[in-house]
Amino acid sequence: MMNVKNSIRIKVREIVYQTTLFAIVILACWACNTDDTQDVVTFENLVRSDEFDVEGTPDPEFWDFDIGNGPNGDGWGNQELQYYTARSENATVENGFLIITAFQESFEGSDYTSARLLTKGLVEQQYGRFEARMRLPYGKGIWPAFWMLGADIDTNPWPGAGEIDIMEYRGQEPTRVLGSVHGPGYCGSEELCEETAVSTTFELENDRFDTGFHVFGIEWGPNFVNYYVDDVLYNQITPDDVPGEWVFDKPFYILINLAVGGTFVGGGPNDETVFPQRLLVDYVRIYN
Amino acid sequence: MKRTRINIIKKSVFVACLIAASTSCERSISDDVEFATLSNGGEIFTDDFIGMGEDFYFPFIGAKPDVFSVDMDEGYESTTSIRIDVPNADDPAGGFAGANFVIDGSGRNLTEFDALTFWARASQAATAGLFGFGEEFSTEVAQVDLTTQWQQYIVPIPDPSKLVEVKNVFRFAAGGIGTEGQEVGYSFWIDELKFEKLGTIAQPRPAILAGQDVTVDAFIGQEFPLIPLTQTFNLGNGQNQTTLIDASYFTFSSSNPEVAKVNEGGIVTVFRQGTAEITAVLNGVSAQGSLNLNVLGSFVSAPIPPARDPSDVISVFSDSYESLSGLNVAVFNGPGFPAGEPISISMTDFDGNNIIEYGNLDFVGIGWDGNVDVSGLQFLHIDVQVTQGLSPSDILNVQIIDFGANGVDDGSVRVDDTGGGFNIPAADLEEGVWVPIDIPVNQFTLPTGGGFAGSPNLTNVARVVFVGNLGVANILVDNIYFYRN
Repeated sequence: MMNVKNSIRIKVREIVYQTTLFAIVILACWACNTDDTQDVVTFENLVRSDEFDVEGTPDPEFWDFDIGNGPNGDGWGNQELQYYTARSENATVENGFLIITAFQESFEGSDYTSARLLTKGLVEQQYGRFEARMRLPYGKGIWPAFWMLGADIDTNPWPGAGEIDIMEYRGQEPTRVLGSVHGPGYCGSEELCEETAVSTTFELENDRFDTGFHVFGIEWGPNFVNYYVDDVLYNQITPDDVPGEWVFDKPFYILINLAVGGTFVGGGPNDETVFPQRLLVDYVRIYN
Repeated sequence: MKRTRINIIKKSVFVACLIAASTSCERSISDDVEFATLSNGGEIFTDDFIGMGEDFYFPFIGAKPDVFSVDMDEGYESTTSIRIDVPNADDPAGGFAGANFVIDGSGRNLTEFDALTFWARASQAATAGLFGFGEEFSTEVAQVDLTTQWQQYIVPIPDPSKLVEVKNVFRFAAGGIGTEGQEVGYSFWIDELKFEKLGTIAQPRPAILAGQDVTVDAFIGQEFPLIPLTQTFNLGNGQNQTTLIDASYFTFSSSNPEVAKVNEGGIVTVFRQGTAEITAVLNGVSAQGSLNLNVLGSFVSAPIPPARDPSDVISVFSDSYESLSGLNVAVFNGPGFPAGEPISISMTDFDGNNIIEYGNLDFVGIGWDGNVDVSGLQFLHIDVQVTQGLSPSDILNVQIIDFGANGVDDGSVRVDDTGGGFNIPAADLEEGVWVPIDIPVNQFTLPTGGGFAGSPNLTNVARVVFVGNLGVANILVDNIYFYRN
């Protein structure tokens, strides 16, 4: 979701998978077509996690903060409306949860504040299982995300470094999340990319993402990224699916943020959007 | 007798009143409830009525009775549906359609559902007055837009745990389309009418008094309903849906029960001098909005005006003279003064003596039917009791507006409208005491904040305006009339 200059034109395949049976079928098929040395189901060795058990400031050995409204002052390339801070009001660990809170308030020229945490230079890994258990906020213009960027982004600017969006969500669509990849030539920017990002929507039936906790994760290995919500694997992206170079064979770092407004959510909040809004994170776990 | 209506200047209040009026005719629940045997089925009409019994259709009083049928040629993904033929406004059998569907037999246990849902379409785009359900736990969605395409509608249940037995499972009301009084009828169809567990009804935000924190000065014996009472949910499609709901869903509380209490019907009664904050909770969620009462003590009436020859008086608001029809105590008003403090406007009947109360008044215009010629009269009389502390520099500004020969409000264009103001200084007022004020009709010489030059014409007077933003923002008013000696 970073540095997206224009509206994200994503190829959305809206599919609701109700059972894991289909997921197993996908895995089975994939296994037939791929190198035998690769195996998607062996990421069971927990190598790093933040269970958010220590109250107060998020663990500085795990998390850093992005501050402000983007290096170019354009809402992080997305016309986001919030100003990110490292204040405890916007991000704190409480009762076993990381709580990121978006407020409607005038601050440093912006009308909203919130927080964006990232593990750049602290926790970076190539391949593995990355998952977070979260309860999402809601309302028009609310845009939480759990995502990853290629760790070489300082020398290999977006979208070249690659982006894996494990979970993105529009507050006005409380039953849906998206999983995507962006890379060179295929991304959310019409200026920078010929092709759109590769994205899939997952929709809950008879439930929604802002009323309870759900696990959002990927299984990422050489030549595949599998997306899942809770126990449902809903998409697999492979080099064959991306209209460009596969740039997902190097370390990535994690970001968790709660944006207010932006092209992805069709503009800003409206009169009915309730503030403050909170993103609760129970844990972030990384396996290999 | 001492019921006070708080005017919250919002459309929904009016709707709420209409609904209260239109649905208050039915109210009964069986005494011999046997919970164990109640059906917990949700379906009301799919391809036919389900479990409704023989005699379930009860039109509202005043509604055209025979508007309902089952259409065998129309339906949502089927060929049967409920058809309602909304009559023309001038239909002698009744000018609108409206009815309750009440189970002929035992009620249903709806505690496992979270919404009433149905599909509907109309013969032409129209806005139905309401859809809902419930007797004791009435729940209604007002002003529902229907289109010519089938669409699903969702009426979220405010708190399903309350619905252990419901017999009144569906209710609708609709008038025709067009100019008021000349509405033309149309038809609409309803299908797949049922209670469901959607699982996507979330983020409850109950509210009393339209979610506003209202502060009012009050007197012993006064009563305040907390309407409109609402519950708002966010639906699975991301849209918010507000329902107008019965007080029985709420638990009300008073911060000072010796000063004021709330009954289960959501009516606040004032008992003694002091202050009290009235709040409410619905199913564990604090309701937005509160009523903050500042009880001044026992009510003392304004002095009764002297008897006068009717030809010597044109009364806008008084129980002592025959007054003009169509009184509107707030044709227009500002948001409140000081800024951020919402205006409160209410009228209270103290045993036959009505008074108007303005709180946090920035400005308000009082209107009535037609315009009046006061050029032959001498004074505008008002009785004013200030209910706030006064500083020497405070002023209550009173204005009159004349609509001119064309007789209508020309708005900011003015045309032939004229207006002017008169300042009543603090020295001429007194906190807690009725003060009679007589302003010569030719003394409204000051220019007004609304842009009038002063010294208005007097032959088509249509408004009396009170402006509180010069310091006197909390007043009781009685006996507004023009007269001559």
